[in-house]
Amino acid sequence: MSDTTIPAMPTLPAPRRTGHPAFWLASAAVALVSILALRGIGSEYAYFAATFILQYVVLATAWNILGGYAGYVNFGAAAFFAAGAYTTVAIGKALGLSLLPCIGFAALVGGVLGLGTGILTLRLRGAYFAIATLCLSVVLQTIVVNWDYVGGSRGAYVIRPREVPWPFESYSGYLCAVMVVLAAAAVAIARSIEKSRLGLGLAALRDDEAAAEAAGVPTLRLKLIATTISGAMMAVAGAPLPLLGSYVEPNSAFGLSYAVNAIAMPLIGGTGSWAGPLIGAVLLASLQQAATVTISSAANLMIVGVVLVVFVCAAPHGIIGLFRRQK
Amino acid sequence: MSPDIVLRAEGVGKRFGGFTALSGVELEVRAGERLGLIGPNGSGKSTFTNCLAGAFPSHDGGFTFKGEKLAGLKSHERARRGLARTFQLPRPFRGLTVLENIRVPLAYGGRDDATAERAMECLESVELAAKAHRMPKELTQVELRRLELARATALKPELLIADEAMAGLSHAEVDQILALLFRLNAGGTTIIMIEHVMRAVTEFSQRLAVLVAGRKVADGDPREVLSMPEVEEAYLGR
Repeated sequence: MSDTTIPAMPTLPAPRRTGHPAFWLASAAVALVSILALRGIGSEYAYFAATFILQYVVLATAWNILGGYAGYVNFGAAAFFAAGAYTTVAIGKALGLSLLPCIGFAALVGGVLGLGTGILTLRLRGAYFAIATLCLSVVLQTIVVNWDYVGGSRGAYVIRPREVPWPFESYSGYLCAVMVVLAAAAVAIARSIEKSRLGLGLAALRDDEAAAEAAGVPTLRLKLIATTISGAMMAVAGAPLPLLGSYVEPNSAFGLSYAVNAIAMPLIGGTGSWAGPLIGAVLLASLQQAATVTISSAANLMIVGVVLVVFVCAAPHGIIGLFRRQK
Repeated sequence: MSPDIVLRAEGVGKRFGGFTALSGVELEVRAGERLGLIGPNGSGKSTFTNCLAGAFPSHDGGFTFKGEKLAGLKSHERARRGLARTFQLPRPFRGLTVLENIRVPLAYGGRDDATAERAMECLESVELAAKAHRMPKELTQVELRRLELARATALKPELLIADEAMAGLSHAEVDQILALLFRLNAGGTTIIMIEHVMRAVTEFSQRLAVLVAGRKVADGDPREVLSMPEVEEAYLGR
């Protein structure tokens, strides 16, 4: 028997990484600058458009924790988003609470819903898991349609508070600032997960669940953690919705556009990294907002479809994948 | 159980519908031993591995590892107790770099320091340190086999099941993997080698067990076992 050795090759240096505290600080700084910049513009439309785009940043980032990091494609993003919106309606009506506590309750409801979905779909993978999440959306919508307390199929009007929290001049400005903070927090959470032990385990189970188990990864527990965090964050994305338009009804809250965008945005940006959903959401939501103003909101889903087809064919790993390939 | 017995299989049986893949398999493995487990295709070797590693539940009997019954323990719980395996076809985490592949068992196995330095040491032990930041798709077949072994050994296992770790490799590459397995064994790891490459099995194994149609038909000194009529018949036919 010969003891063959492999010729030595120079060891490639590990890529440099920013630490968690530094990234959180940077996210907070970007959020502060964004709030000040939007306040500088001071237009109600700018607030609305930014809130629209940022809610997709939160939604896409949240979806990516389960869909991108763990590889479990969730077609029921609209269910979690609407669960957040209707939590605001229900809690606001029952307890008269303001937006911030409602967001907290939405996270709780979304988390429990995510955990429940995870437990019910333990043995499902691939298309079967996706179909199960789609079913969740249908079931939840049916419940809301038949729940008169939150308006049923007629929908519910939500009156914005008269008093605008200091130092904001309008409620739209306040809502937009809350959304900026939520988006920054969502991105920082996603990045922290990605670079953590949890992220490593999720990446392992995404690539090969049996091999991950053999390497000591508790795949079931990690999947449940991912469904819970993802569900909570998607619900948080939806919590401000009723106050954004002062009205919410089941067909729009459970709309196809939320489910499609939540998947398309990370796919277009790149699912392997926290930056992918951020880039995809800003790009697609801006395009849709521009189309709504210049053409019609009816063109939105068509735009998403066309962009998605182009990216699936030309850049299957998204924009981030394109950059990595060029390096 | 005798203190030097690290693994005991007692009456292990497994069925897939009406097909009996394993039936009443008894096996004892001593600490530090190099055991070869052979048998023709479909004899139940991989099913035995999967039952032992916790990928499938066995229908009858069970395993005792280091004096502890393994029934009801999931794969990752068995891995954390020091029972590692490799797969017939290398199954790297394709979205992770070579180094990150090793960080997974270090981070989750709970049996070693989960540091980048320790991961590099694991890679150095299989001569893959130079490719630490490459992706698995950039590795050759033998390098993938080494990565598979490094991932298993990062668990610091007391028992390693090497499931056809040499399938499809050249003569020289088989020697590389054999050298690695000998080194691991010299470090105290008990190894069950499941293999079709008979040269490797005979060179490596201190003892040989033979499965045929889900039953153990022989167990003993490799030369004696290979010359037994029932073993010859299983491989060559009547």
